[in-house]
Amino acid sequence: MDVIFDNFSLYRDGFLQTLRICALAVIGSLILGTVIAGFRVSPVPPLRWVGTSWVNVFRNCPLTVVLFFCAFGLPEIGVNGAYFWFGITGLVLYTSAFVCEAIRSGINSVPPGQAEAARAVGLTFGQSLSTVVLPQALRTVVPPLGSVLIAMIKNSAIVGAFGVGGDLFAVGDTLTSARGEAALPVLIGVVLGYLLITIPAGVLLGWLERKVAIAR
Amino acid sequence: MTTSVLYDAPGPRSKRRVLISSLFAGVLFLAVLVLVGLRLEKQDQFAGDKWAPLFDPGHRRFQQVWTLLGDALVNTLTAAALAVVFSLIIGTLLAVARIAAGKSYRWLLVGFIELFRGIPVVIMIFFAARVLPELGVDLPTLWFLVIGLTAYNSVVIAEIVRAGVNSLPKGQREAAESLGMRRSQVLSLVLLPQAFRAMLPALISQLVVVLKDTSLGFIISYDETVRTAGIIIQNLKNPIQVYLLVAVIFILVNYALSRLAIYVERRLSQGKKAVVVDGETATLPANDVTTPGTGGG
Amino acid sequence: MRLRGLMVGAVTAALALSMAACGESNDAGTANPPVNTQANFEAGTTMAKLKDAGTVTIGTKVDQPLFGLKELDGTYTGFDVEIAKLIAAKLGIPADKIKWEETPSKVREEVIEQGKVDFVVATYTINDKRKERISFAGPYYEAGQDLMVKSDDSAITGPEALKAANAKVCSVTGSTPAEKIKQYVDPANLVLFDVYSKCADALRTGQVQAVTTDNVILLGLIADSNSAFKLVNKPFTKEPYGIGVKKGDVKFCEFINQTLKDAAADGSYAKAWKDTAGKVAPDAPALPTLAACS
Repeated sequence: MDVIFDNFSLYRDGFLQTLRICALAVIGSLILGTVIAGFRVSPVPPLRWVGTSWVNVFRNCPLTVVLFFCAFGLPEIGVNGAYFWFGITGLVLYTSAFVCEAIRSGINSVPPGQAEAARAVGLTFGQSLSTVVLPQALRTVVPPLGSVLIAMIKNSAIVGAFGVGGDLFAVGDTLTSARGEAALPVLIGVVLGYLLITIPAGVLLGWLERKVAIAR
Repeated sequence: MTTSVLYDAPGPRSKRRVLISSLFAGVLFLAVLVLVGLRLEKQDQFAGDKWAPLFDPGHRRFQQVWTLLGDALVNTLTAAALAVVFSLIIGTLLAVARIAAGKSYRWLLVGFIELFRGIPVVIMIFFAARVLPELGVDLPTLWFLVIGLTAYNSVVIAEIVRAGVNSLPKGQREAAESLGMRRSQVLSLVLLPQAFRAMLPALISQLVVVLKDTSLGFIISYDETVRTAGIIIQNLKNPIQVYLLVAVIFILVNYALSRLAIYVERRLSQGKKAVVVDGETATLPANDVTTPGTGGG
Repeated sequence: MRLRGLMVGAVTAALALSMAACGESNDAGTANPPVNTQANFEAGTTMAKLKDAGTVTIGTKVDQPLFGLKELDGTYTGFDVEIAKLIAAKLGIPADKIKWEETPSKVREEVIEQGKVDFVVATYTINDKRKERISFAGPYYEAGQDLMVKSDDSAITGPEALKAANAKVCSVTGSTPAEKIKQYVDPANLVLFDVYSKCADALRTGQVQAVTTDNVILLGLIADSNSAFKLVNKPFTKEPYGIGVKKGDVKFCEFINQTLKDAAADGSYAKAWKDTAGKVAPDAPALPTLAACS
């Protein structure tokens, strides 16, 4: 166990980096996922096609492949930037497909009367979606959305292999490979780091779920 | 609710507006596509020697590439199938244990499930491959991957099974109990068979997740599809082209699996009248095949 | 029932695929070293054990052009591979009886400790930390960490120039070069991938300004680049490559050292170089002074 205490600052930096990646990716994928969900239920057929293909592509592709195209495809077409942002982009693209589907299932769970009433008082599609349907959908959507986001936190472990570097998993890799430390204690440290994020996130989501739950 | 109640059927004016803006967006999209194409051309990404080994049957390396990819796909499917079968068995046992457990040790099971749900799959796989051999467990790489995937997915499936059992109408359990069945009989003869039927789509979509997660086998040098792509790239120096092919393969296989899930769900919901409990259908959270516990990469 | 039919079809297809894979022939690229059929070893040694088994498991890399690379047809090529074949031949084991095992950097000590491989030849730098867990024969080659830049880059003349140029440097996760370069660049400017070919892509598209690792590995990347890249050629470390064996197996280590000496004397060491890394760096190196086995 000494290896964890000896390299505490390394672990701390890795933990903070993972936290940073997750925070940015959560925000990004929530926004993008909601927009794509809007596309999927929109009155404009081409937008629906875009939404459907988006989901089918990003949901069915392994994250490693999506990340590869962000880190190596984008520079190939002349988009240069930091690998940190390429990594976040990949994570956001991939997760947005799952967020979209979670939200869409939420939209489908809102009683039709709500949307009909919204239309009856003269709200447009955008208005009825943003002021009537989505606020109600977001409540039922908390549990599936929560598991999608927690899965994303865990997926962030893969980003380290695409030039982002310095995250928890990469710290484990550095310690075991370059410094030749034994795998078990190093990995226990890494796992503790992830649990330190995922377990509170799970508790928070459970609380949120009870808080916004509506009897219907 | 169907989405059509969200908006009125478009009238002639809005139809025209949609058409014009669609055309405009389409042209814009094509322009971007051309721009991307030109950039790729400038980087020499359309050179024949980058594509031919993958798509030209006459190329001398075509057969080697596809033999490797074929093997890799078989490896991917094998690992995924084994992981799903084991997760299903262990997950069901966990769910049953959690349902049947007394208060005294239920917390232990819940803790176990929550613990395993919180650890990245890639670390599970890494862990299995690095730590088990140190404890003297010596297995082929395939099994480390399967163990890692199973450890994670069995707790996900346990949750799916539990949700399935909980979603059954109370009357089912009560009727079985009033017939004098023991608790184990109630579960195995009445509740689980019904729950499984409702869960099948959710389970198939979990298979999609497992299939994608096998690509994390690269971390322990298991020759699955994505890693084999890496080996091909080392030889042919055409990462963009090879990864494009891999993406297409995965999307096709997984899309087919998703369609299968929807088909199975339709077949099943035709067979029985939707069971209504407290105003909600009891066909499970699986009414959308993606939602429960998925999102693993 | 239709479902079952479908599954049978899938299984048949899978079988057909895997059988197609088995049917492929395996032709070796270079001529293999002559096998020492009269080998005779003291009973109880690793050499005797391997000779009796008639097969040997050797760990190497699969993604290191010129040193250890897995070809599309499943064969292995490179200087490490040739050195390993020389040792196997001396044991009386022909090249087609060698079982190759991929050993990326992070697992090398473990697979030796666990006996999954008999020895490892995988651009394996000898250092004290590693010696705590395994023993090294050799060194059979001495590399040095260097930098690779674009051919038209004149600003980066050595590791000291990296900071001034505010250059981003690429290397491989968990590798020794990645650790060593940290004293020359800010952590924020260090980009890490899982294989060096990705670093080469990043250099080509201008995402990084330099790639660092052992000079011989860089040479392999330069050879593939159509002279888009060049070597800075200011090696700033010494990386003696050793052959990893089980800790304390002195007799096996001495046997390998003797094999290396013989190979250097009869020219097969130089030939191994010429057939592989020599295609890029024509001057065959002299065998470094071998360290004592312990």
